[in-house]
Amino acid sequence: MATMMAYVVGLLFAASIYMMLRRSIVKLVIGLIILSNAANLLIFVVSGLTRGAPPLIPEGASGVVSAVADPLPQALILTAIVIAFSVLAFAVVLIRRAYEVVGTDDLDKMKDTDT
Amino acid sequence: MNLELVLPILIPLTAGALSLALWRSVRLQRLLAVLATGLLLAAGVWLLASTTDQGFLVVEMGSWPAPFSIVLVADILAAIMIVLTGIIGLAIAVYSLASTPSGHEKFGYYPLMHLLLAGVAGAFLTGDIFNLFVWFEVMLLASFALLTLGGERAQMEGAIKYVTLNLFSSAIFLSAVGLLYGMVGTLNMADIAQKVNSVDDPGMITVVSMLFMVSFGIKAAAFPLFFWLPASYHTPQVAVSALFAGLLTKVGVYALYRVFTLIFTQDVDYTHNILLWGAALTMLTGVLGAAAQFEFRRILSFHIVSQIGYMLLGLALFTPLALIGGVFYIMHHIIVKTNLFLVSGITYRLLGSYELKNLGGIYRQRPYLALLFLIPALSLAGIPPLSGFFAKFIVVRASLESGEYLVTAIALLVGLLTLYSMIKIWAEVFWKKVPEHVTDLSMLNGKNQDKLSWAYFVPVVGLATSTLIIGLYGQPIYLLAELAAEQLMNPQLYIKAVLGGQST
Repeated sequence: MATMMAYVVGLLFAASIYMMLRRSIVKLVIGLIILSNAANLLIFVVSGLTRGAPPLIPEGASGVVSAVADPLPQALILTAIVIAFSVLAFAVVLIRRAYEVVGTDDLDKMKDTDT
Repeated sequence: MNLELVLPILIPLTAGALSLALWRSVRLQRLLAVLATGLLLAAGVWLLASTTDQGFLVVEMGSWPAPFSIVLVADILAAIMIVLTGIIGLAIAVYSLASTPSGHEKFGYYPLMHLLLAGVAGAFLTGDIFNLFVWFEVMLLASFALLTLGGERAQMEGAIKYVTLNLFSSAIFLSAVGLLYGMVGTLNMADIAQKVNSVDDPGMITVVSMLFMVSFGIKAAAFPLFFWLPASYHTPQVAVSALFAGLLTKVGVYALYRVFTLIFTQDVDYTHNILLWGAALTMLTGVLGAAAQFEFRRILSFHIVSQIGYMLLGLALFTPLALIGGVFYIMHHIIVKTNLFLVSGITYRLLGSYELKNLGGIYRQRPYLALLFLIPALSLAGIPPLSGFFAKFIVVRASLESGEYLVTAIALLVGLLTLYSMIKIWAEVFWKKVPEHVTDLSMLNGKNQDKLSWAYFVPVVGLATSTLIIGLYGQPIYLLAELAAEQLMNPQLYIKAVLGGQST
């Protein structure tokens, strides 16, 4: 399971970099979306996949009795998702405004501020 | 509960929320901006006094014991950074009273400024690596909005590059945090520092440290990851440029200082050697880039990159003296660089351009302004007795003592080229005659009825005075940097302060 997920994460990273290297700013934002998902999935996978063991303390016990899934990565991912959501919402508005102001969605034509 | 540790985050956050509530009254927002940044500075000074007194201050959020809670930690370096944040915040708030167009003020300029300061302060004070990521994002989101406020073409183009590269760096940071958590199972920085040495596969720790280096390197604008900075920093209005120039890249530098002195110290030969050459190339490319530019703020932007190199050099050499130099350099640089941007804003107000070919004749009309430029400019280049001289002197001496002669030579050469850039600005903007194609001289010779506001000059004079004080009365500052460096060289103290001496 973990091996397969590792490939999935790698594939997502590769896809996001590919999209970000395209010239269209819409594809750039799609690349950013995939990138944040890839990072989230990576956290999920590397901190260990445990199936069917919720982190619950049985009645009467004072601590967990057997190995359980680590709840912390999920909290991290949830936080990261919320942050990524707000940042990407900004990015989407930004490319729309940029398209209106510059009049093109081609990154190669947005070179005024370089050199 | 150490109140002074929480205040630097709470003050800007509260002020930001209040400014939002006062959306309709720009006047109250302005008042609040100056008041809150002044309070931030006061809280910073209080924090610095406490940390020099007690060494470390720790607050555990929600009173859960570390490493389970998120902790706020202040050592002397963090306290110094908070004081500098306060100084720059106050300077920018006062300067904004005069320079910010009213359209920007009505669209939430002040709330965003407060949130940016809160993000910066949070990043300096947190002791939890994931929390650091969160503060970075708070800071970034505010900076995105500030950068695009106004919505001009150049801003949009600059913002796309800025946003993309910073989000990319955040994704790398997040991945690195995830991988590190997978290996050591904790997020508390002190706890990580304690546990990285007992990981089965130390090579993997070095791999993760490289991810951190790339991510923070993008944020600090180190070679070869700096391209977003000169493409975007000259686009927003000048107070925003100055704020970014002073604080944002330094947050990246601070993060590098934190993780590469506390956590990733097990393979110093490898990691810090990469940092060393990165620092040398950062200095060199930055200064050469500036030599090719003929726009006031773009020259200054490239110089941010080259100066970052000196700070990284201090970290990369990793000797006590080098760290002292690095910390001293950060203190000097934040003040001087912000000041130069503020001066560029005044010349823009006088002649309506940042292009060197459209500027000139300011020395004849406003000699005091020329003097105000010369102080930070010569300080940046490292002319004694200004602050930059001592900062460079310590770093260069540390690198000589470490036997890195080539890097020392580069550092000295870069100092010379910095002087060349500053002289270029001096000759073009202040010394030469007003170009003939510039027709609107009413602001310059004072015949226009709106005069230059006092709010332009108060922060510039204040920051120039600080430069002089650091230069002429440097011993206490040096001692402060020495204390900070001592703590950085002994991560055991940090670990003990956070975890209370408990062993694994």
